[in-house]
Amino acid sequence: MSGAASASAWRGPAKLVLKRTGLALVTLVLVSAVIFTISGLLPGDAAQELLGQGATPEQIAALRQEMGLDRPAVVRYFEWLRGIALGDPGQSLVANKPVAEIISERLPNTLTLAGLTTLFSVPIAFLIGIASAVSRGKGTDRALNIATLAMVALPEFLVATIAVLVFSVKLLWLPSITIVPQDPTLWEFLRAYAMPVMVLGVGVIAQLGRMIRAAIIAELDRPYVEMARLKGVSQRRLIFRHVLPNAVGPIVNAMALSLSYLFGGAIIVETIFSYPGLASLMVNAVTSRDMPLLQACAMLFCATYLLLVLIADTVAILANPRLRQG
Amino acid sequence: MPAPHVVVRNLAVTVRSSDGAPLRIVDDVSFNIQRGDVLALIGESGSGKTTIALALMGYARSGAQISGQIEVGSAAFDGKAGADLAAQRGHRITYVAQSAAAAFNPSRRLIEQVIEPALIHGTATSAEARAHAVELFAALALPNPETIGNRYPHELSGGQLQRLMAAMALITRPELVIFDEPTTALDVTTQVEVLQAFRKVVREQGATGVYVSHDLAVVAQMADQILVLNRGKVREQNAVRVVLETPEDDYTKTLLAAARPVVKAALPVAAVSKPLLSIDGICAGYGPVDRQGRAAHPVLTDVTLQIGRGAAVGVIGESGSGKSTVARVVAGLLAPTAGTVSLDGQPLGASVKDRSREELRRIQIVFQNADIALNPAHSVGDILGRVLRFYHGMQGHQAQARVAELLDLIRLPAGIADRRCSELSGGQKQRVNLARALAAEPDLILCDEVTSALDTVVREAILELLAELRRDLGVAYLFISHDIATVQALCDEIVVLYKGTRVESGARDAYAAPPFHPYTDLLISSVPELRTDWLSEVAAKHGAPFAHRPESADLCRFLPRCPVAVAGQCDVTLPPLRMMAAGNAVLCHRTEAELARDHM
Repeated sequence: MSGAASASAWRGPAKLVLKRTGLALVTLVLVSAVIFTISGLLPGDAAQELLGQGATPEQIAALRQEMGLDRPAVVRYFEWLRGIALGDPGQSLVANKPVAEIISERLPNTLTLAGLTTLFSVPIAFLIGIASAVSRGKGTDRALNIATLAMVALPEFLVATIAVLVFSVKLLWLPSITIVPQDPTLWEFLRAYAMPVMVLGVGVIAQLGRMIRAAIIAELDRPYVEMARLKGVSQRRLIFRHVLPNAVGPIVNAMALSLSYLFGGAIIVETIFSYPGLASLMVNAVTSRDMPLLQACAMLFCATYLLLVLIADTVAILANPRLRQG
Repeated sequence: MPAPHVVVRNLAVTVRSSDGAPLRIVDDVSFNIQRGDVLALIGESGSGKTTIALALMGYARSGAQISGQIEVGSAAFDGKAGADLAAQRGHRITYVAQSAAAAFNPSRRLIEQVIEPALIHGTATSAEARAHAVELFAALALPNPETIGNRYPHELSGGQLQRLMAAMALITRPELVIFDEPTTALDVTTQVEVLQAFRKVVREQGATGVYVSHDLAVVAQMADQILVLNRGKVREQNAVRVVLETPEDDYTKTLLAAARPVVKAALPVAAVSKPLLSIDGICAGYGPVDRQGRAAHPVLTDVTLQIGRGAAVGVIGESGSGKSTVARVVAGLLAPTAGTVSLDGQPLGASVKDRSREELRRIQIVFQNADIALNPAHSVGDILGRVLRFYHGMQGHQAQARVAELLDLIRLPAGIADRRCSELSGGQKQRVNLARALAAEPDLILCDEVTSALDTVVREAILELLAELRRDLGVAYLFISHDIATVQALCDEIVVLYKGTRVESGARDAYAAPPFHPYTDLLISSVPELRTDWLSEVAAKHGAPFAHRPESADLCRFLPRCPVAVAGQCDVTLPPLRMMAAGNAVLCHRTEAELARDHM
């Protein structure tokens, strides 16, 4: 194939991906408006929160003016949006530090936890999904179904509490709070993260495993699978060479959903293991009415979600020759 | 006589029915095939023909149990240790599936799939297998044999994919090839080419064949022996000629009778000055529309036709001819880019939302696939009742009584109203599909390939019913089909579409004998006939002088495929519409005398 031909072959998907990216950006702007409006609806504001119950209305008004809270919402919105776009989401009203600084302290923690959990749970989810799908209706499938359903149904705080009870209190194997020492050895590092990763992984493995099972089963019913069997293709080759390439679309989308949960939804695990991540930061921002921080966190979560979905879409487009050729 | 190549003794295949009792879908089937012969398994759906074919590979669909003895060459299956035969799958015994479009993996290149059996069974290296595949592609008359394998399934046509699938089946030089309805999903014109290619390569390879089909005429071209099956039992096994000419079994006789559709008696339609429906100069298509009213991807170009009250007008053409688009435009599902559709002289709105409920009621559409058109969660009564409530405001007892009447009209017992559609047979579902349209009491029913998914015997019954309803209710049909024999059986007038252009129209009788449009001629001559030498004869006729000319909107659309195109005429200007003596209008440069001679 000539260079020109292969270049034009990529124009179709490139256009599709660009279109999706544009849509994601538009969505992000709409979401920003929603976030700004909703956070404005929360009762009370930072001025009131800072001065406490005993403050006079005059004092509150003065502080509001100082903090710029008395200007019209539209003005504040566009100023804020401009700041976000330039990478400066403003000053934290409570901590009196730039929001960017506060977030950048926490972001590596969240990324580490999410990354480790992904590394731990995705392979297991694939194993469960595939094993379950190929033994559909048989004993293995039923056992795995019951297990994953139970895992989905168990609330995270319960799993976390039981894990602490077993591994920290009874067996004394693992620390009950996640404090990573300075310059940890690999062993210290893994020990510190073992429990939060396990607890977060339970839900992800179960959800993702079930999604993978469903995606594979949907493919197994298609005529090309029977054809492959009649060609004498082995079970392993059938799953990895024939079925999975076709199931990539739904699977990567399920992964994007699970991973975005890991990024912003780890609040219970962060609280129980006293782990300084972004989710607890955002909850603190809500309780202290620290709007700039709250809004920045919300935007960050949404942007991550949209990015993950965009990546999933792109992978799905590239995996499908029909879409790839635009 | 040498020992047979394939021996099947007392083959039975059992499934568990819904109440848990074992159900034999194949019962005590025994047959032999001599080396190099082709045996046809013929029967309606549910006859067990595919199940038997799959059992020859030691394969049963989920939940089914095979018992009995099967020997293919030295490999055997004795009911317990089936592994021996299964190990030959894709190696010494190979399979060509019904719908190649579905049976190829959509996300892998075709060449990888075609050579895969050779690689996993270790019969050739990758380079050898690729070279062999290219030889097979050439032998199967595929275009660009060197590079066609680099494409993906969605980039090729059904006929091409079916030939690639045959190449995949032959790549390991098998001793037994099983063809499972390999041409059922193809247009007649494509079917001829594919059958010729298959016959040639199977003979060259010297392989033994099993050919599964419901179509006796196709089987007559391909097989040496025929095994007639009905409900999992053997009715008759004999040489092809014997089965066709002197069938012994009654069921075989029924099949033979159904294979030749008979013209359904219909009232002569009184010539009315004002037609019920008239379609004038319709253009339609997909994508953005330019100023001249032409869509970026035009499907129909300047199509005109009229349907009288109580008349049946047939539209035929191959896939891509735009015949279903005609129905979609008339129903208001697709707005035309130019032209008008009028009912009783009143122009209709371009799309459904521009039409009144009364206008909608008067034109009903029946889709090909009742499985998809009818909601499987609803009972027959619900489906019909909804229509009665929507158009006639009927409820309660009145609606129930009307549902019973409708079921009587389509010859189904009233008790069926409480059953779900998923519990009905294919023929019953298609009847309900029809009753759904009748419930609106329409003046015109658009029938889009309503008999295409049915077996011959069931198809006959549905055609009979359609003719009866027309006689009794005076309803008119726009009957769309790819099968000219079906259209001739039901319709008074026939319109032939090619690539969205009306190339011929006329009364049914005009299609009984030439002169025809060259495309009509091709369509008619491509319908397999119930004699064994048909395929060899038809092979000699094809060939087109302008095959390399790209299709153009400014010339006859059929030019690249036309066997009688004339240089300096057909490749220069658009053809005129000529009236033939028999009353049919033909869009062609050739004169009536020339067309009559061309057919010879």
